[in-house]
Amino acid sequence: MTLAAPDRSSYWREGAGIRSWLLTTDHKRIAWLYLTSLTAFFFIGGAAATLIRIELVTPQGDLVSDDVYNRLFTIHGIVMVWFFLVPSIPATLGNFLLPLMLGAKDLAFPRLNLASWYVFMFGSCFTLYAIVAGGVDTGWTFYAPLSTVYSNGHVSMAAAGVFIVGFSTIMTGINFIVTTHKLRAPGQTWFRLPIFVWTLYATSVVMVLATPVLAATLLLLVLDRIFGIGVFDPTKGGDPLLFQNLFWFYSHPAVYIMILPGMGVVSEVIPCFARRPLFGYKLVAYSSIGIAVFGFLVWGHHMFVSGQSTYAGVVFSFLSFCVAIPSAIKVFNWAMTLRKGQVSFDTPMLYALGFVGLFAFGGLAGLFLAALGIDVDLHDTYFVIAHFHYIMVGGMVTAYMAGLHFWWPKITGRMYSEWLGKIAAGLMFLGFNLTFFPQFILGWLGMPRRYHTYPPEFQVWNVLSSAGAVVLAFAYAMPLLYLTWALFWGKRAPNNPWEASGLEWQTTSPPPEHNFDVQPVVTGPPYQYGGQAAEETA
Amino acid sequence: MTDEPVSKAFDEVGREREADTFGMWVFLGTEAMLFGAVFVAYTILRLKYPEAFGGGSEKLSMWLGTLNTAILLTSSLAMAVAVESAKAHALPFARRMLWITALLGAAFVCVKGYEYFDDMQKGLLPLLGPFHYDGPDSAHAGLFFNIYLMMTGIHAVHLLIGISLVVYLALPIRIPPGRQPKRIESVGLYWHFVDIVWIFLFPLLYLVHP
Amino acid sequence: MNEIILHPASASTAAPGFDVLFLALVVFSGLVGLVLVAMIVGWSIKYRRGSSADRTGATAHGGGLELKVVGGLFVVAFGLFGWGAWLFVGRDFPPPGAIHIAGTAKQWMWSFEHDNGEKELNTLHIPVNRPVVVDLVSQDVIHSMFVPAFRIKQDAVPGLTTRVWFEATQTGSFDLFCAQYCGTQHSEMRGQIVVMPQADFAKWLSTRPTDQSLVQQGAALFRNLGCSGCHENSATVRAPDLHGVYGRPVALTSPAHETVIADDQYIRDSILQPAKQVAAGYDPVMPSYDGLIAPDDLEKIVAYVKSLSPGGSP
Repeated sequence: MTLAAPDRSSYWREGAGIRSWLLTTDHKRIAWLYLTSLTAFFFIGGAAATLIRIELVTPQGDLVSDDVYNRLFTIHGIVMVWFFLVPSIPATLGNFLLPLMLGAKDLAFPRLNLASWYVFMFGSCFTLYAIVAGGVDTGWTFYAPLSTVYSNGHVSMAAAGVFIVGFSTIMTGINFIVTTHKLRAPGQTWFRLPIFVWTLYATSVVMVLATPVLAATLLLLVLDRIFGIGVFDPTKGGDPLLFQNLFWFYSHPAVYIMILPGMGVVSEVIPCFARRPLFGYKLVAYSSIGIAVFGFLVWGHHMFVSGQSTYAGVVFSFLSFCVAIPSAIKVFNWAMTLRKGQVSFDTPMLYALGFVGLFAFGGLAGLFLAALGIDVDLHDTYFVIAHFHYIMVGGMVTAYMAGLHFWWPKITGRMYSEWLGKIAAGLMFLGFNLTFFPQFILGWLGMPRRYHTYPPEFQVWNVLSSAGAVVLAFAYAMPLLYLTWALFWGKRAPNNPWEASGLEWQTTSPPPEHNFDVQPVVTGPPYQYGGQAAEETA
Repeated sequence: MTDEPVSKAFDEVGREREADTFGMWVFLGTEAMLFGAVFVAYTILRLKYPEAFGGGSEKLSMWLGTLNTAILLTSSLAMAVAVESAKAHALPFARRMLWITALLGAAFVCVKGYEYFDDMQKGLLPLLGPFHYDGPDSAHAGLFFNIYLMMTGIHAVHLLIGISLVVYLALPIRIPPGRQPKRIESVGLYWHFVDIVWIFLFPLLYLVHP
Repeated sequence: MNEIILHPASASTAAPGFDVLFLALVVFSGLVGLVLVAMIVGWSIKYRRGSSADRTGATAHGGGLELKVVGGLFVVAFGLFGWGAWLFVGRDFPPPGAIHIAGTAKQWMWSFEHDNGEKELNTLHIPVNRPVVVDLVSQDVIHSMFVPAFRIKQDAVPGLTTRVWFEATQTGSFDLFCAQYCGTQHSEMRGQIVVMPQADFAKWLSTRPTDQSLVQQGAALFRNLGCSGCHENSATVRAPDLHGVYGRPVALTSPAHETVIADDQYIRDSILQPAKQVAAGYDPVMPSYDGLIAPDDLEKIVAYVKSLSPGGSP
């Protein structure tokens, strides 16, 4: 492995000083702006989770009062969902890599990109203020009429923050869609695009279509709370179930916003470290779109016992089983990619393989919840919490780690410590399972969620879960430290340390400000590994 | 006249113009989802309380609503003429049509404001004063008027944004002349969209038969 | 630490059916998961870089294999869907001969009323082997009645009446939880479903000792908390006579020009927020008892006040 020349012409060097960063329109620098803020929010949400898990070690509420506890889990949810998971991969890795993967010099609307970060930060001020001023206690789901009439937390302030960051999401989505349509490299047809691009595209479509519904819902919520317009208030003729339908119409597709980019990352990492083209590339591409479309049809599965009609429940349950199909296809194809390959176990690959297992496990748990008769018992218990954490944390955060490690050399021009990477990945996998597997058992035994105190027979599983959280916290601190260390003192990275295929690897590590010295031209399908490439015709 | 793309991502202006228009269409898609959600809320509540909605709708001034519809449709006509004349490089004329569009938009807002004031005086807006309603299902009629205020309010906010954009384009400031037609076309798309939303709002709010 | 339980009690007619489907899902997921892990771990090891495994004939072409595999799995999953749907639809059809309970959820307690008017707070006594239908209402926010041992759950939504039924198959005392987050004391909104042999239940229902009835306890509280000092023939303070108030219109001084019907909520508000609705012709001098009366006791006082009107007694 030869060392690259010092990064004299890289985007890092293009202007120093804080103004050049805060007023940049370079997608690579904007990705860094997002990376910094999102990391901070991850640890804020994580701090809330830490306090929750410490409290739950004992059945009594002895660490914090019930009111504070309710604010903790609400903040954990709001911050993790809207201020970390939704933007995470798209705004960081997506922003950095989409133009590179398309052989382009930047996104279609660079100033819109910068504006999206400022809108994000502006919105976060409202929610942070709400936290500091005393918090919100409605749960991240803001159900009415609790949130509109009865809660005495800073509901409107927190909702305003989420409303505003929604615009940031929409701006990013518009940018990615237009970029993918209009800025592909010469020769780069749709079926020559890497899956990461396909998933960012699918994510963006969901972002632009679903997020406005959240905006409308939050607007109605705040109007009901402040002015008492009554749409969700039964004492005025309004309908609490209307809130749930509107909220989940956004929030279910939102979970696909959160997971699709992770699937994209893993689709890049596994072929590279198995030295084989992605198995069934075309179906994986179609499945990404399929997930986005089907994701809009299943929101009622959050409402099976809400008073919704039985018939509606049956329809939503069936569609929820259907939405598992494209995900199952992807899981199968990732596993098949390993077959007859030359598999190595670098850190990104460890994370990627961990993703496949944990995501599949969480998805199978989803089938339990999609089955109507079973959901009646498991709804609003720790089974649900375990299910979505397996997908969001075991899936999404693991994929985020995989992507960060895979592209760190490209983004920073530095290599991180491989053995620290492997240890952190292993600790994360163990800590994660120890934290969340007992929660499946807790749900099965009947422990409801959002409970500050619980019956003593649930304690042993809670203790195991909290012990896992300690390991997990340590495992997350590790990359924060060694990746930052590598940023300044890591070994310089070559242009293509993993010998990966993809246009981003054809430029220097890190890339120059204009991305490519010579406009890349695409002449064949992606994933050119082991003497083969992804199928071009079905 | 040579044109350079504004964004460093694009090599050719033609591509960039396509991207600008495409971006505006995607944005309008998001707006359709926003208004769509509000329309869903309206529909659910109307199905629940048909008499209240019918009775409430009767109390609204159909004349003012019709007048506003006419104003907005005419403004869209002016906008369309502006777009076409800009494409034909008749920019001074296009600017004049933009001013007319903005003026008509402002007229709409004034009529709306007067209508709110009038409704408030009659005691029809629970949010802005005592509620005096003598139609059917008075318990839930307040819901109708709140929704009326909210939906027309959100529409008015969008209209005000549109007026600002139109005024900005109408002002003789230094935009490269090559960019003008595309910019006007994009804002024109937005303007027509806001108009179409009103075309749906008007019958749903003013023309409900008890 | 307590003994570790691995399986919740199965104490209703619905529980065994639920448990079988749950087990089927565990087996299905377990098999799929195991095969997947075997593929990943197995192939990662067999085809690790530098190993001597045979790699000829490798293809990136799906050939529709993934569709066949997933399609096959889906057929099985569809069966699981159907089974779950069938169990779910059963919730709408309680068996005949059910006893009826009116359930009320409010922040942060449960109130259950039997057919004969007998009211219970946070506890529900039912007979074993007899279907029970609970009509649920909520007085404020959304709550959810959850009894893990029976495998039943149903949200109580303000503005709606929802229905849940169950038939207990074991005697004993089973946890009742509120499963829909409802505010500050959500985790304390718990209770017990006490299942008794049928004869014992009949006896319990009919011979509720009178000195334990809610109304009697409410009357005692009415005196002890000083309510009777103003509301019953007081010489110094003018306060409305509460006889005949419940269920009738009350004209108010504040808010002006309004007349309200004195329902349960009105009585509660009058005790906790007396300034909110002041009866016409009276000064707003009543002190607030907010924070001074436990929710249970408040209900007893409400029951007593109701009993002072015809048709208001339980």
